[in-house]
Amino acid sequence: MATVSLTVNGKAVTANVDPRTLLVQLLRENLRLTGTHVGCDTSQCGACVVHVDGKAVKSCTTLALSLEGASVTTIEGLANGSALHPMQEAFREHHGLQCGYCTPGMIMAAVDIVNRRGNDLDEATIREDLDGNICRCTGYHNIVKAVAAGAEAMGKAPMRQAAE
Amino acid sequence: MSVTGIGAAVRRKEDHRFITGQGHYTDDIDRPGQAYAYFLRSPHAHAAIKSIDAKAAAGMPGVLGIFTGDDLTADKVGGLICGWMIHSKDGSPMKAGPHPALAQGKVRYVGDHVAVVVAETLAQARDAAEAIAVDYEPLPAVIDTANAAQAKTQIHAEAPDNTVFNWHLGDKDATERAFKAAKHVTRLDIVNNRLVPNAMEPRAAVGDYDRGDGVFTLYTTSQNPHVARLVLSAFIGIAPENKLRVIAPDVGGGFGSKIFIYAEETVCVWAAKKVGRPVKWTADRTEAFLSDAHGRDHVSHAELATDAEGKILGLRVKTTANLGAYLSTFASSVPTYLYAPLLSGQYDIPAIYCEVDAVYTNTAPVDAYRGAGRPEATFVVERLVEVAARELGKDPAKFRMQNYIKKFPHQTPVIMMYDAGNYAASMKKALEIIDYKGLGKRKRDSARQGKLRGIGFSSYIEACGIAPSAAVGSLGAGVGLWESAEVRVNPIGTVEVLTGSHSHGQGHETTFAQLVSDRLGIPIDNVSIVHGDTDKVQMGMGTYGSRSGAVGMSAIFKALDKVIAKGKKVAAYVLEADEADIDFENGNFKVKGTDRTLDFGSCALQAYIAHKFNGQDLEPGLKEGAFYDPTNFTFPAGVHICEVEIDPATGVTRIDRWAAVDDFGVVINPMIVEGQVHGGIAQGVGQALLEAARYNQDGQLVTASFMDYCMPRADDLPSFDVGLTVTPCPSNPLGMKGCGEAGAIAAPPAVINAITDALGHEEVTMPATPQVVWRAAQKSIRRMAAE
Repeated sequence: MATVSLTVNGKAVTANVDPRTLLVQLLRENLRLTGTHVGCDTSQCGACVVHVDGKAVKSCTTLALSLEGASVTTIEGLANGSALHPMQEAFREHHGLQCGYCTPGMIMAAVDIVNRRGNDLDEATIREDLDGNICRCTGYHNIVKAVAAGAEAMGKAPMRQAAE
Repeated sequence: MSVTGIGAAVRRKEDHRFITGQGHYTDDIDRPGQAYAYFLRSPHAHAAIKSIDAKAAAGMPGVLGIFTGDDLTADKVGGLICGWMIHSKDGSPMKAGPHPALAQGKVRYVGDHVAVVVAETLAQARDAAEAIAVDYEPLPAVIDTANAAQAKTQIHAEAPDNTVFNWHLGDKDATERAFKAAKHVTRLDIVNNRLVPNAMEPRAAVGDYDRGDGVFTLYTTSQNPHVARLVLSAFIGIAPENKLRVIAPDVGGGFGSKIFIYAEETVCVWAAKKVGRPVKWTADRTEAFLSDAHGRDHVSHAELATDAEGKILGLRVKTTANLGAYLSTFASSVPTYLYAPLLSGQYDIPAIYCEVDAVYTNTAPVDAYRGAGRPEATFVVERLVEVAARELGKDPAKFRMQNYIKKFPHQTPVIMMYDAGNYAASMKKALEIIDYKGLGKRKRDSARQGKLRGIGFSSYIEACGIAPSAAVGSLGAGVGLWESAEVRVNPIGTVEVLTGSHSHGQGHETTFAQLVSDRLGIPIDNVSIVHGDTDKVQMGMGTYGSRSGAVGMSAIFKALDKVIAKGKKVAAYVLEADEADIDFENGNFKVKGTDRTLDFGSCALQAYIAHKFNGQDLEPGLKEGAFYDPTNFTFPAGVHICEVEIDPATGVTRIDRWAAVDDFGVVINPMIVEGQVHGGIAQGVGQALLEAARYNQDGQLVTASFMDYCMPRADDLPSFDVGLTVTPCPSNPLGMKGCGEAGAIAAPPAVINAITDALGHEEVTMPATPQVVWRAAQKSIRRMAAE
């Protein structure tokens, strides 16, 4: 067992874990943050995407012990209190989810796309950049619309983005 | 229409928990003292088990128990069942081998369940499983669908020639006469590729046992928890129904694969009592590929007869259907009664004959996957019709319209009585959306850039809301296919609706609440939908085959009628009027011709306080239930048109545009319905262009991860133009038909028809990967050069 200290959704966390523990296991099993999902075992589906120091990573292939001192944001930490993040709002408004299983990873990946690419995203860019996230329900049509709308809304809500 | 009533694009009530990470999926559930199960699976496609030595493994750290098929037998735990009896042409019942939850002397596919280890942690269970010594005697594997019946190896002693049944439907003689009278016959050999459903949430189960009162609880990823309880109780023998609670919480997609009762949940709930601890199992993705029921896998020869004017005279098809190594829960119904009765498509075809041979192979069991039989039928019909139009030199849209059924009701030669439809209306609207008139110019523009452009049509029909129960019973179903609902009105007028339907992405918490809000005139936020727990909902048949609207909501409709009728009695006492003079509209009970009213909430309160009437004249309370059994199947239908552009240098097919016009009857929430269409198309495009479950000749699944099995991703798909036409369904009170499978049924032939149109020949198989299309394009180029 080994100890790792990090920040998760703004709270300091210290955990004593088996060295092979993955970040997603730390989140789901130790911290009971079950919003981050596992949909595959080959880093393909993106259901497990979280942010580490502001960048999207697949938590199913990140060792917890590699995150000493890091700041992790999960889907549970994205909203600002009871106010949803604009990307969360956009997914609801544009029906960008059905079963909801891929949704946390999709939203975290979408926020990362906006952070990297800006607020004015065309369809081709969104489709290309969602390549690492699989959805089996929506056919992506409404996810693409949601990401474009969420990106635009994030541009109009600079305070919220900063908080994230 | 109110802003939350029938027809409104209400944003989903369930979304808040999903977008904030607060969903409750099975793997999110941990029970106190929980242990973990790991299944030791067969590495061989076919082998005799000579011995299993688990002594060393049993002593490893954390191990609580190691169990094999013998332990299940000792506890009188029965095998898994197939719930639909099919009889062969000669009248004999289908030949099914046993399907033990843990292997009994033999394994029959890679991934078959040999033993289970229960340990303190998953890692310990996995480590111990590796230490189990199994002595296998490998046997030859039977893999190919088309050749399984000729194989020398027999998979089940009960099924000679590896054949489960030789079934047929239709009038053979009449069809032969139609072909003799034909001016032209179109012939096609068709392979409908094997698919893996791949709901994003892998299957999972948590079994629990309460020693105090002897009650088992199973949390599981199920589309139909009551059917799971029925099968686990009545057939497998885990416990009587009153001692077995099945909970299917949030379920992350199903697409058919979570209908079935599998080995893993059976073993977990049984083992919970055995080890005296809750037992959890969650599939990893490779386990899902190996052991979830697969879909499709048909090999067919199909023929279409036409006269000199292009009128279709007859259709015949011979299909071999691969059912895998064991018969899954509804496997036998898929290539029979969910397939052949759809072979008339949208067309007036006087004679149809279909033969289906179902075979065992050493592959994962095959069962219903989104559409289940109907995509296979539609692919046969729509490829035949498209190719016939080409061979006859006719415009494929006009050829279809010439042969459409135009009068309803219409009795097909293959069981179905189509009740309502307007197929030409959908075609005309789809032609407008796709800009069919501009196709010639677009083809020329593509050609100038060295690209090949093609258009493909698909006029699909499906049968949803499979019913009535007596009819499906006569066809071999082991269950009734009604649905139940209970409407509980609380004293302050809020409402809980308990439904036997199950939502795993379909948005029932919203659409069902829209119906209640609409009928009772109460705010949608005052309505909660309860589903997925056998302790809360008494009985139900679950969600599959696009039945939750047409059947499930009809049951709610019926229960709401009873609530309103009871409310009128209460209101009559309160308003001191005759019951016959009470109307109910916009949420108010009103005395006709007066301004005396009682709002719904006040009526509910009066029903519970019961001060205005005595209990001998009227029972207190406001709670009503209903079971609804439809009078017929429903028949959603529509036209999808796909336009592709192919780069012959790379073989890459780009879908340039997609028009979908569907007739789902009355639509409750168009936003949700369109979402269902989008998702269905994506799965159909996946089948047509990307997806294939492939076994090698040794029976190893070589596409057992998302690295090897090509799932549709965002950049593989276009945006879709979706439109609706509406002919209300006369077979249920809401006029609904069902929308869940339409896209997956319509899409594959639309894509393949477009690709073959672009290439100018028919030699393209699914999935039409760049490699397949590149080879086919080289043939096109050689032909063009020769001309």
